[in-house]
Amino acid sequence: MGVLVFVENVEDELAAQALTFARGIGDGAVAPVTISGDYAPAAWGQTLADIATERSLDAVVAAGTERGNEVLAHAAAILDQPFSANTTAFTPGSPPTVTRVRWGGSLLEEAVLHASTPLMTVAPHAVVPDGNPVAAETVAPSHHALAVAPTKRVGATSTDVSLQDAPVVVSGGRGVGSAEGFAIIEELAGLLGGAVGCSRAVTSAGWRPHTDQVGQTGTKVAPDLYIACGISGATQHMAGCKGAKKLLAINADGEASIFAHADYGVIGDLHEILPAIAAEIRKPRGA
Amino acid sequence: MNVLVCVKRVPLTGGRITLTDDQRALSTKHLGFTVSPHEECAVEEAVQIIEREGGTVTVLTLGPSEAEEQLRDMMAIGADRAIHLVSDEEWDAQGTAAAIVAAIQGDETAHELILFGNESADAGNYQVAIRVAHALQRPVITGVKALAFDLDPAHPRAICEQEVAGGRDVYEVPLPAVVAVKEGINLPRYPSVPGRLRATRKPVDASSPPRPAAQLEMVRLVLPPDSGKQVQVLGRGPEAAPAVVEILGELGVL
Repeated sequence: MGVLVFVENVEDELAAQALTFARGIGDGAVAPVTISGDYAPAAWGQTLADIATERSLDAVVAAGTERGNEVLAHAAAILDQPFSANTTAFTPGSPPTVTRVRWGGSLLEEAVLHASTPLMTVAPHAVVPDGNPVAAETVAPSHHALAVAPTKRVGATSTDVSLQDAPVVVSGGRGVGSAEGFAIIEELAGLLGGAVGCSRAVTSAGWRPHTDQVGQTGTKVAPDLYIACGISGATQHMAGCKGAKKLLAINADGEASIFAHADYGVIGDLHEILPAIAAEIRKPRGA
Repeated sequence: MNVLVCVKRVPLTGGRITLTDDQRALSTKHLGFTVSPHEECAVEEAVQIIEREGGTVTVLTLGPSEAEEQLRDMMAIGADRAIHLVSDEEWDAQGTAAAIVAAIQGDETAHELILFGNESADAGNYQVAIRVAHALQRPVITGVKALAFDLDPAHPRAICEQEVAGGRDVYEVPLPAVVAVKEGINLPRYPSVPGRLRATRKPVDASSPPRPAAQLEMVRLVLPPDSGKQVQVLGRGPEAAPAVVEILGELGVL
């Protein structure tokens, strides 16, 4: 008895969260495994399916990362069992119920899980790790006829501050008005050692590349400070920046929903406000 | 190449989500609808493929009768025909995948490529493409941000790039294959007026498959607790700049 836990990386805090979640499901017994060799999603899913079957485990759990969701989906397809992606809570029972994330975190779903071996990934940061050390047994991958693995890796093209890891993100929305309008966003990001982000309206208009897009279908960021300029605050955008420690919103519309998510706000025209902030930053300190 | 693209009708949510009284759906009285963003890119990709290589694009949805609007939108940007599995009910991922598999197996066209969006905007189950691939015994790649082909008749292959930390992993898979793409693979075109007119005459093959019992059975939807944040307004217009810079200093980001 116990819960099989797929661990991508023992160093990752999300693995500690997934293990904590797994200990809470049954009698606390967990079987954490990592899989050796190059990433091969179908083969890794087969591996988990094989171990769950051979060891008669009660459930399969992983962190809700791209790979966690992908490998568990393969295992679920092979085992023909339901799979709850990005789960935030599990309530035992017959049948058990789960709470899971919809709309990139803007909505939660409560669902009944009719399963003999339920599979679940854990939504990032839904669980506080219990502090137990993370260790995992390394197992060899099983064979799967349809397994595919990467043939090579090509490098990232950008040498700028990475959007995902930047301490400050200065992001522009429809209110910026044009591709040229981003010059002042870039200037402020440069002054703060940060990265430029944007909303989906901006990439759809062709003003910025998709690699700059923050949101449910773009990059998810968690900077110390997120400065949202001319961004209305649609749920899909907030799904990408809700991890920010602080949010400063600059918007001409004082009623914009972005202010409901903001710690600090400035109401007015960003084309006037951002140059004033840049000038203020450039002023010699103590003068 | 014959390409099938699976899409889902979803509401265009604005700044705030509100629920119906029975808490089983979003209140959509004042909302428009679209297809999930990743899927819009999947249709664009399919259209670009047949513009280059020749062939047909079929777009498939499982959804209410109103979802024909989304099928027509996708045909307006270049899909040739549509398959509409009509149902007003909530389907789980397993049921959805089974219905798609049955539709693919029952279709007169053999599709060398089946495209999905990586995950739907609303349910975000991350699994329908993978379940369909296993049922059809085809290889599947997800999270694809670039797609190319080597159509050597003896060994036709898709070359797929998946974004990972520090770069892109390249997968080469034999066709027929299943590929789930992500927004950013292309910039979807807007439908033209002639495209919209042509779309009204393109065929939609509608049927109503029975829904199997859900194994992941949605009971109700819940709005997450409010962030409880109270915004501190630093001022109006450029006069707020000194107050902003003071906060930047306090946050240690200067």
